[in-house]
Amino acid sequence: MNRSAKWLVPTFYILFLMLPIYWLVSMSFKTTNEILGVFSLWPQEFTLENYRKIFTDPTWYNGYINSLIYVVINTVISVAVALPAAYAFSRYRFLGDKHLFFWLLTNRMAPPAVFALPFFQLYSATGLFDTHIAVALAHCLFNIPLAVWILEGFMSGVPKELDETAYLDGYSFWRFFIRIFIPTIAAGIGVAMFFCFMYSWVELLLAKTLTSVNAKPIAATMTRTASTSGYELGLLAAAGTLTIIPGAFVIYFVRNYIARGFALGRV
Amino acid sequence: MNKLSNQRAWWLVVPVVILVAFNALIPLMTVVNYSVQETFGNNQFFWHGVGWFEQVLKSERFHASLLRQLAFTAMILLIEVPLGIAVALCMPRKGPWVSVCLVLMALPLLIPWNVVGAMWNIFALPDIGLLGKMINSLGIDYNFTQQPVAAWATTVLMDVWHWTSLVVLLTYAGLCSIPDAYYQAARIDGASGWAVFRFIQLPKLNRVLTIAILLRFMDSFMIYTEPFVLTGGGPGNTTTFLSIDLVKIALGQFDLGPAAAMSLIYFMVVLLVCWIFYTAMMRNEGQS
Repeated sequence: MNRSAKWLVPTFYILFLMLPIYWLVSMSFKTTNEILGVFSLWPQEFTLENYRKIFTDPTWYNGYINSLIYVVINTVISVAVALPAAYAFSRYRFLGDKHLFFWLLTNRMAPPAVFALPFFQLYSATGLFDTHIAVALAHCLFNIPLAVWILEGFMSGVPKELDETAYLDGYSFWRFFIRIFIPTIAAGIGVAMFFCFMYSWVELLLAKTLTSVNAKPIAATMTRTASTSGYELGLLAAAGTLTIIPGAFVIYFVRNYIARGFALGRV
Repeated sequence: MNKLSNQRAWWLVVPVVILVAFNALIPLMTVVNYSVQETFGNNQFFWHGVGWFEQVLKSERFHASLLRQLAFTAMILLIEVPLGIAVALCMPRKGPWVSVCLVLMALPLLIPWNVVGAMWNIFALPDIGLLGKMINSLGIDYNFTQQPVAAWATTVLMDVWHWTSLVVLLTYAGLCSIPDAYYQAARIDGASGWAVFRFIQLPKLNRVLTIAILLRFMDSFMIYTEPFVLTGGGPGNTTTFLSIDLVKIALGQFDLGPAAAMSLIYFMVVLLVCWIFYTAMMRNEGQS
């Protein structure tokens, strides 16, 4: 392809990505009458009413807080337990290691729809229903395998001589692991956290099934509004716009690692 | 890398195994349990053998949704993978625009799935949506809530919008890892653009593309929230994919037996395909 025309492809692609987002954002600044009455490319009567409603109504803003709480708990648990496991997979051979690795990955492949009902029963039986911990634990089902997979890739890229030298220098395993190894693969940990955050933030089916009031995620609050009050589209659009912001923040922080991280560390 | 044999490494894996087993084995056994029993309410269960499995495997409803699911997955893979590669090939390699491109492209990946559905709903509605208005003003009669073809096109377009970036980012990462020396050698040999792509870039992308296709296959096969919010599985049953159908049977009609049997068959299909991919991937890795 002609070199000068090359930039057109990503530009058009990004334009295509931005159009629906623009429409959502612009709709969040419109009044309900304007949305339903006149067709306009940008808000004619600019209003912040929709946002004011979300920030003053506890059922709305608690949804955001709930979502953020379980996403953070999940990210921390997933990465914390995945770190030693990924080290074991990348450095040692042990009985059943390959089978175990594939078994972990199969959980990433399990359709959440399959698990919705049994999860509801399991977490009701253990008394965890409608807590943040329940959703955080449930999301571990697919986030731990993913974190192990990503971290294993990054760790395999670190030469084994690093470990051997440290052991020769008299480091114990945990001291080496925490003081030397973890800082070495900091980029990988960042990427793993990004993926865990992403999949936990966007998942709705399990989060909705496992909560009713106290830990209800923002996404579920939105579906309720959509079905009960019918045509409060401006409010819905404002809530949707606000759910994009945490994701945008996280991407901005990891932007330099994204390209490498998406290759899971071992191209 | 040749690894040390060390059975004590199991201790490092134990926390992961416990957490995942708690989340995976107990619910999975519950599903297996339901799939071989019949109930008439009151928590009384009777042995039903493989009856539910036979019923599901023979039911036309399951065939129809499985077929729709396969068609959908095939369509999005055929669009997203070539499109993703094309965009990645055209992206700048260095300079300030790289970060801008990456951040903007990754944005759809971090939007909650029901918001994606809702966003496309208000974007594509023929009376208030930008897309719907545009298509109708071109003289094409378009209403995705009533026309099966339009509903399909909108669902596929939504998935392309949502997930092509994953393919782009993976491919881009793969392209960035190709050493400059390869391109210089190609230039000396006077290789054409196509030859560079076919003999240098594509072989190097082998691994990331396998990951991309594997991830896209898994996620598109489990798709639930986005089409459910966008079309609700309609009009009629035309966009009722496997997960939507499953939730309808399990939570809507509360037919636990058939739903459980269907879950297991569904899971087996995903597992089989992924196992094939995984084996192929590991074999590739052994070669290189």
